[in-house]
Amino acid sequence: MTSIGTGYDLSASTYSPDGRIFQVEYANKAVENSGTVIGLKVKDGIVFAVEKLIHSKLLVPEANKRIQTIDRHIGMATAGYLADGRQIANRARDEASNYRETYRTPPPLTELVTRLRLYVQAYTLYSSVRPFGCSTVIGAIDKNGPSLYVVEPSGIAYGYNGAAVGKGRQLAKTELEKLKLSELTTREAVFEAARIIYLVHDDAKEKEFELEMSWIGDESGGIHLPVPKDLHQEAEQKAKDALENFD
Amino acid sequence: MQTVDMQQLKSGEINLGTSIMAVQFKDGVVLGADSRTTSGSYIANRVSDKLTHIHDRIYCCRSGSAADTQAVADIVHYHLQMHTQQSGDRPSVHTAATLFEKLCYENKDALSAGIIVAGWDKDVGPSVYNIPLGGGLFKQPWAIGGSGSTYVYGYCDATYQDGWDRDQTVEFVKNTLALAMSRDGSSGGVIRMCVITEEGVERLFIPGNELPKFWEGVEVLPPLSFKPKQQDPSGPVPMAVEA
Repeated sequence: MTSIGTGYDLSASTYSPDGRIFQVEYANKAVENSGTVIGLKVKDGIVFAVEKLIHSKLLVPEANKRIQTIDRHIGMATAGYLADGRQIANRARDEASNYRETYRTPPPLTELVTRLRLYVQAYTLYSSVRPFGCSTVIGAIDKNGPSLYVVEPSGIAYGYNGAAVGKGRQLAKTELEKLKLSELTTREAVFEAARIIYLVHDDAKEKEFELEMSWIGDESGGIHLPVPKDLHQEAEQKAKDALENFD
Repeated sequence: MQTVDMQQLKSGEINLGTSIMAVQFKDGVVLGADSRTTSGSYIANRVSDKLTHIHDRIYCCRSGSAADTQAVADIVHYHLQMHTQQSGDRPSVHTAATLFEKLCYENKDALSAGIIVAGWDKDVGPSVYNIPLGGGLFKQPWAIGGSGSTYVYGYCDATYQDGWDRDQTVEFVKNTLALAMSRDGSSGGVIRMCVITEEGVERLFIPGNELPKFWEGVEVLPPLSFKPKQQDPSGPVPMAVEA
């Protein structure tokens, strides 16, 4: 790392001579080391899937959720520091309720993402704060149909058909590219999402992980909900089977 | 404790003692208003325009204090311009109505404003929202407001029908306002109307001498040829008056 020892990486308010902000790049490192998070935008909905790495057997199963609900129709999953992810979720909820209060209508995702990325970007400007150590995959079904975005630590937000962040993002992205996302139903996407998470999980390096999945679609009534238990188990089983055939 | 009655206008405050209305039809909405602005019994403006531009396809009818309603309309206009710049899309009529409602409700103690918001948007097509004095928000197929409206509720209830076209709706608005203006002392002048459809906004004007006429009563005084009968001494006798 050429940045170390130069002094240009000590503050988010200092540029390096070639115009980089190292604190933001370090924040991205925190995301890269996290369990994989994927988001799929399909024909009639959104599916989130998270590879939640379990660092202790003593942890309560299904606790410390990485997928959070922002509004009835908006969900998000974060990769990186979970504490930072919760802070971003709380801010997103405030913005969503503020929009609802003002306009008496569910916030469109574009508007919410605009507000959220301004918030995240503000943390790249000052020496007194550190940038957020997490990337946010956020999706919704609003009046314009399904939409999916990723908000990065720099405050930039891109729209995606399929998004992947965290450790296994490279492999996950190539798997997502193989899918015909615009033709998939939300139910089909759940199976693909589970399969991809199991595929990208490196059990040589990490022992345990939990698969966390949620969806927004016709079957959930346009509401962000966890994938039903039976479907979750079925998708998980199929993912394991597919993996054995793959090997 | 001393309380301020804000229903009462300050002395000299300009009032829109008004007849306003908005009606939706298949392709759009028709807004209408009289043109009288008063300050007490004085007509401060006899050709005023109470139909106010809020956005490309959204107008409002204002009643109550002229100053209050102008200020509120200006604020909503500002918010919708911001909203348009940020979202890159025209606002819905519902959004506009919600902003009016918020301002009117949160400042109900300081305002006297009865506003009807109407327009066309791509989400739901035409719509009419009524925001009466306390700051409620009501979606209606037609709405009337202002002091003159009280005289024509029955006429509207008896006349309005779903499924009218543009011309039928314009006729309805014109007739209702003419009736309201003929009975309400604080309404009068000309009729201004506004037809909003997806294509655009069309302004209509009915001068005071071309208002639709209805039954206006018959001469109650006897014709000149009438000769009073001889006084019947047993009938009522006029009181004696000193010369």
